[in-house]
Amino acid sequence: MPRRILFVTTDQQRYDGLGCNGGLVARTPVIDSIAREGIRYTRAIPSNVVCMPSRSTMLTGQHVATHGVWMNGVPLPVDAPSIAMDLWRNGWRTALIGKAHFEPFLDPFALFTENSLATLGEETLYRETADGRREPHRGFEHMELATHNGMGPLHYAKWLRENHPEAIGMLYPILNAQLQVNEAGGGDTGAPQVKHNPMPREWYHTDWVADRAAAWLDSQSDSDDWFCWVSFPDPHHAWDPPISELHRVDWRQLDLPAGWVDDPIERERILAGKPAQWLGWYHGTFVSNYEAPAKWVPETLTADQVREVNAMVHIQNELIDEALGRIIALLRAKGWYDDVDVVFTTDHGEFQGDFGLLFKGPYHVDSLMRLPLVWRPAPSRTIVTPATVDTPVGLVSLAATFADIAGLPRPDYTEAARLPVDDAEAAGLGHERVLTEWDSVLFGKIVSLRTITRGTWVCTATLPGSVHDGNDGELYDLRNDPLQHVNLWHDSAHRAVRDDLLDDMWKNLPTTSSSRRECDAPV
Amino acid sequence: MGSVRRHAVLAASAEKVWAFIGRPELLHEWFPTSSTRVEGDKRWVTLPSGIVFEEQILLVDNDLHRFQYSIIGNPLVTHHVGTVDVIALDDDRCIVVYGTDIEPEVLGLAIGAAAGEGLRNLQERFGKG
Repeated sequence: MPRRILFVTTDQQRYDGLGCNGGLVARTPVIDSIAREGIRYTRAIPSNVVCMPSRSTMLTGQHVATHGVWMNGVPLPVDAPSIAMDLWRNGWRTALIGKAHFEPFLDPFALFTENSLATLGEETLYRETADGRREPHRGFEHMELATHNGMGPLHYAKWLRENHPEAIGMLYPILNAQLQVNEAGGGDTGAPQVKHNPMPREWYHTDWVADRAAAWLDSQSDSDDWFCWVSFPDPHHAWDPPISELHRVDWRQLDLPAGWVDDPIERERILAGKPAQWLGWYHGTFVSNYEAPAKWVPETLTADQVREVNAMVHIQNELIDEALGRIIALLRAKGWYDDVDVVFTTDHGEFQGDFGLLFKGPYHVDSLMRLPLVWRPAPSRTIVTPATVDTPVGLVSLAATFADIAGLPRPDYTEAARLPVDDAEAAGLGHERVLTEWDSVLFGKIVSLRTITRGTWVCTATLPGSVHDGNDGELYDLRNDPLQHVNLWHDSAHRAVRDDLLDDMWKNLPTTSSSRRECDAPV
Repeated sequence: MGSVRRHAVLAASAEKVWAFIGRPELLHEWFPTSSTRVEGDKRWVTLPSGIVFEEQILLVDNDLHRFQYSIIGNPLVTHHVGTVDVIALDDDRCIVVYGTDIEPEVLGLAIGAAAGEGLRNLQERFGKG
């Protein structure tokens, strides 16, 4: 019986964006159905809250300190461990279709392989190993790549240019004239990164990714083992789904999200209770990274803008769900679906108005850290008992999970056990804590955070940097403070809990094995 | 302002390395560019992506072993000074330092990445010091 893995990722998607996780707006029946048939994780956590480090963790099964991709713009070395390579070496067909982002996008000197494939017309590039074998780039024998816009060297942009040149300029220009994240507002409310996009739905990257994934899957034989990573660029900003789809969610009818604090005085009081990078960014006085528009000041965000951004995200989530439905329909039609393990997740979250903020950055709270994660084991491979797992698990477990599905031993390079199938199994596998790291250096502005999530607690230590002296941090009781409004770091009644969590974190965080690698691009 | 700096130690004398780096027309032999054309104190550098940078050569100091240039005539680049220094460590080793100050700052990171690649190429040519 062939073994197959359909690994589906989105980008910057919140836990509550899916119906199966309690989302009440976007209709996501396909993912909800996968969750009903399999295992739904209620606290899945990334190793980092931006794309490149988090995706590098998915591929390597390693924490950030080990794989070394400490920020967007730091490339994952081409010889880094890769679960896709392990599968390929064991005879699996391997593909990554959509957003890879193991290497920087801004690449005027054409330094990076993933930016060169479309121009070269190659599915992958093969490198010779020390013992003379030829192996595909990161283990993927087929790559068709996309990002959130139609510019640049990737396959989707090339396809748009060659087939629909009139579409150039329809998508939101994600960078401004200074090549920074664009602050320009659009839509009905002037919210940043929102645009009414006249592009037909069929040309939008979500459908393109599904089309290309279906084409690759359709080319496989009945006997092939395969690993297909389908990586949707949405619902990451820019928030510009095709205008034909805007009827799905009327932003004027949306309730504001629970994390939005309507009273600006109360909002500032909550932010002031957190380490300095929070309020500094809110007021626009401390911009520490390229993850949000540098010229946009969060305190200008209006309630209507939050509604419109959320409406756009809900629409993007529905389009993803429908695109995934087309892929699964193909698998069913080919009679393969029962042989396929389906794993669905994302790389990190998004504020979407929580605390009066949008985008992401050095803020380790549920908005960015609580992720959707669903695993439907192949019914033909194992007896599936649908379950909900409340134990915190990390995306660092994905690589070991894929190895386990493939019947391979856990790779030595991985740093976490496979995902548990239920809470009872979680402790036995060693899922005691999840660790999340942040480091950013922006021309002298330095922020570093280290976070442990264990049980119902999340604790973040700041390291000395531009606005921290290393003595501040955050401690949240997730059970009693689900919105993380009350920082207990300095509360003497919780000192013992805090210190125990910190002790556990420092004991278990891998130490950086080599000097910090250079950041080669903003993203 | 984006300000970046990369460096590498080479297993060759500063004079030997400068004899190569100090010739602005040879940039494409070590820096990840496609071609280089020099006319007087102007240089045109074509990137693999097809982008062409027009540059003003500001300084070729054979005593100090310092090369300085500036990207000009580019509507995106409002300020730029790039500096390459070759500094002797001893008779058989030197350090090459590549610095760039640029606006928009984002380009500093990309030029820094290219400089890193260029310095690795120099280490292949002259050896790691």
